Amino acid sequence: MLRFAATRLISLSLSLLAASVVIFAVIEVIPGDPAAFMLGMNAQEDTIAALREQLGLEGSIFARYFNWITGMLTGDFGTSYTYRVPVTELVLARIWISLPLAMFALILSTLIAFPVGLIAAARRGKPADMGIMATTQLGIAIPNFWFAMLLVVVFAINLRWFSAGGFPGWENGFWPSLKSLTLPAIALALPQASILARIMRSSVLDTLDQDYIRTARAKGLTRRQSITRHALRNAMIPVLTIIGMQFSFLLAGAIIIENIFFLPGLGRLIFQGITQRDLVVVESVVMLLVFAVITVTFLVDIAYAAVDPRLRRRA
Amino acid sequence: MSLLSVKNLTVSIHDTPILKNLSFDMQPSQVFGVVGESGSGKSMTALAMMGLLPGGAEIGGTAMLGGSVDLLNTPEAVMCGIRGNDIGMIFQEPMTALNPVQTIGQQVAETLVIHGQASKSEALKIAREKLNRVGLPADRFPLDRYPHELSGGQRQRVVIALAIALRPKLLIADEPTTALDVTTQAQILDLLRSLVAEEDMALMLITHDLAVVSGIADHVAVMQHGEIVEAGRTDDIFRNMQHPYTKQLLKASGHVPDRTPQTEDIPILEVKNAVRHYVLARTGLFARPPPFRAVSDVSFTLNRGENLGLVGESGCGKSTLTRAILGLEPLQSGEIRLFGEPVSPAMPNALRAGVQVVFQDPYGSFNPRWRVERLVAEPFHLMQTPPTDSQARVDEALESVGMQSSDKRKYIHEFSGGQRQRIAIARALILRPELIVLDEAVSALDVSIRAQILDLLAELSDKLNLSYLFISHDLSVVRAITDRVLVMKSGEIVESGPTNDVFENPQHAYTRELIAATPRLPEGVGGAALT
Repeated sequence: MLRFAATRLISLSLSLLAASVVIFAVIEVIPGDPAAFMLGMNAQEDTIAALREQLGLEGSIFARYFNWITGMLTGDFGTSYTYRVPVTELVLARIWISLPLAMFALILSTLIAFPVGLIAAARRGKPADMGIMATTQLGIAIPNFWFAMLLVVVFAINLRWFSAGGFPGWENGFWPSLKSLTLPAIALALPQASILARIMRSSVLDTLDQDYIRTARAKGLTRRQSITRHALRNAMIPVLTIIGMQFSFLLAGAIIIENIFFLPGLGRLIFQGITQRDLVVVESVVMLLVFAVITVTFLVDIAYAAVDPRLRRRA
Repeated sequence: MSLLSVKNLTVSIHDTPILKNLSFDMQPSQVFGVVGESGSGKSMTALAMMGLLPGGAEIGGTAMLGGSVDLLNTPEAVMCGIRGNDIGMIFQEPMTALNPVQTIGQQVAETLVIHGQASKSEALKIAREKLNRVGLPADRFPLDRYPHELSGGQRQRVVIALAIALRPKLLIADEPTTALDVTTQAQILDLLRSLVAEEDMALMLITHDLAVVSGIADHVAVMQHGEIVEAGRTDDIFRNMQHPYTKQLLKASGHVPDRTPQTEDIPILEVKNAVRHYVLARTGLFARPPPFRAVSDVSFTLNRGENLGLVGESGCGKSTLTRAILGLEPLQSGEIRLFGEPVSPAMPNALRAGVQVVFQDPYGSFNPRWRVERLVAEPFHLMQTPPTDSQARVDEALESVGMQSSDKRKYIHEFSGGQRQRIAIARALILRPELIVLDEAVSALDVSIRAQILDLLAELSDKLNLSYLFISHDLSVVRAITDRVLVMKSGEIVESGPTNDVFENPQHAYTRELIAATPRLPEGVGGAALT
């Protein structure tokens, strides 16, 4: 198991290295001078030269790549052109909103999806199953920004249980901050929970058709025992895959929800970076997201091996 | 008193009758064999005893266990207490019968824990004893082994251990050895026999194989279309069978097709020192992966008109060798020549057209969305210009395998397993090849269908002067249809020679072991199975 983790860790580092090369190359091959591109068409020659200097665009391509990588390793992501502050500062301020929001939404989605998917599988074809399938279909179909606005109207404007948006900051207390993330997390979790519940249901149903469930029943296990003792753990592999993919999506894909709830998160930062042609910000945040996705993939791989002994030997 | 007394058992699923008025008795400590072909209802009989019939099943009749409990009219909650405790059951497919994410110890112990017969630690201790009992000693098979670390035969032993953990009075075994190699089958049957003798347990053995039943059962029931057509003491049945279906079944299992060997001394397939190895999984990220020699230094020649058999157990390398002969995979060294031309993945289509293949699985080897005419005509793509009379050739091929030309408008799901295998043979014939590779081509078929297909193959080889490379794990089939046989073990040919000589007078220890392990019908019964 340790060896499995170690080999996965090495391949994770290699993936990160490859990703950094690709991101760097993409920014490099954007036609024209990044500095001129960032400043627009009417920029003066000397302004562009000054920006090039400031962006570290002078020197050979290898030297610049090396500087970029070593900078990131020491926590220096460069300076944002539009904000005029270090990117590290910008990211740090936002990641403490985006990361907890993603975790919150993922926990909600998992907590809803597991029991719901299990109940649907156990009551296959019965009214409970049909009701759950119809509801989850709806959950996938409803756009989450519309659902978010519905939540705001009901819980913030009418009932006044939550504020309609904004974020007080963790330094002003844990509970108020968590409270302000609740509605966005619910809005994000709804479609994810619906997808996950359906995956959970079909995965459990698949395992219920397996021969070892019949063996378990022949031993004298009840239907319910055969699900909880044998089907559940075997059904986890596809579910874990989806959870991993959902986390990556939630971390950076919450732009619209962040906008609706006025949350200064990573999604908004990258959106602003792109519209304002702030390549330093885009480059660094994309690299950070790649890092997050690869880390989650690594954790999912470890979880696979924990669930399924057959995967432990394979590296 | 009977251990199990079944009266007028009737089962129908969604108004389709599955079992009709079945009545039989089982005595304690005896083996009761249930024989029949697929669809005869033998597995349904077992599942009815377990109360595990699929949803929508309507049941009638009674099945008294020990004279007191009616298995057919007992609530589910009570049945859960009976399953595993009073009745144990083992199944056909040992590779998938165990939960892959639990250790074998846990799975055997669970039987005891679930019935409240032992605490977790006691249960593991008893599980150890039971695994020892079924021939899985502690030093090589500790309790924390996972199923994927065991072979098929070893897994079947684990399934037997968990079924007998509570010493049930009745053990139901549904085709327990069908998926296993002959030598493993012989060991598992020995184990079952000794369990019946020593553990005071009755065994219901369900199988399609008359020879298996004849060697182990005290009583036999023969099933056809959901009915018991004949039942009685095994000796009596085999000595004096009454029902035409039983006679037909027996005749089919020992069937030898009528053919005239016409081997010419012209080699069409030459395999010289063929070596094929696979790369195993890496043991570390930078470690060189170890090679596995699937085929090592194999040489043989197949002459025009010859039926050559290749026998061996699973994992012996016969499938790998087949893929190399078909030019689907490269050799690492040595060479294969077909009609004098070298065989490799890059070989020209014209050469490929000279050798066609029929596979084992009549269900998986056709595209379900194509009509039969397109399926049969598919090999034409190997020709530079498809023949102008392709429709007529499809008709001819279908008719030569006993199908009708009107069948070509149908889809493959409209045919039975035997008919599909005929269509597969038609597909192999359409290019009029000289050599057909039959890769376990009759292994998935019922005995009576198998006899028909063997007759068809014999007839075709006589008529069209075809050569066959007949690959099988089933010695009786190979004996029936081949002129010469190769015995393969661990990637090597250990013995070869004229089929009769090899079977009458095997030279290699492994060949002798294979022949000894093959179940045989009693002397003087049914003709020439393996006697």
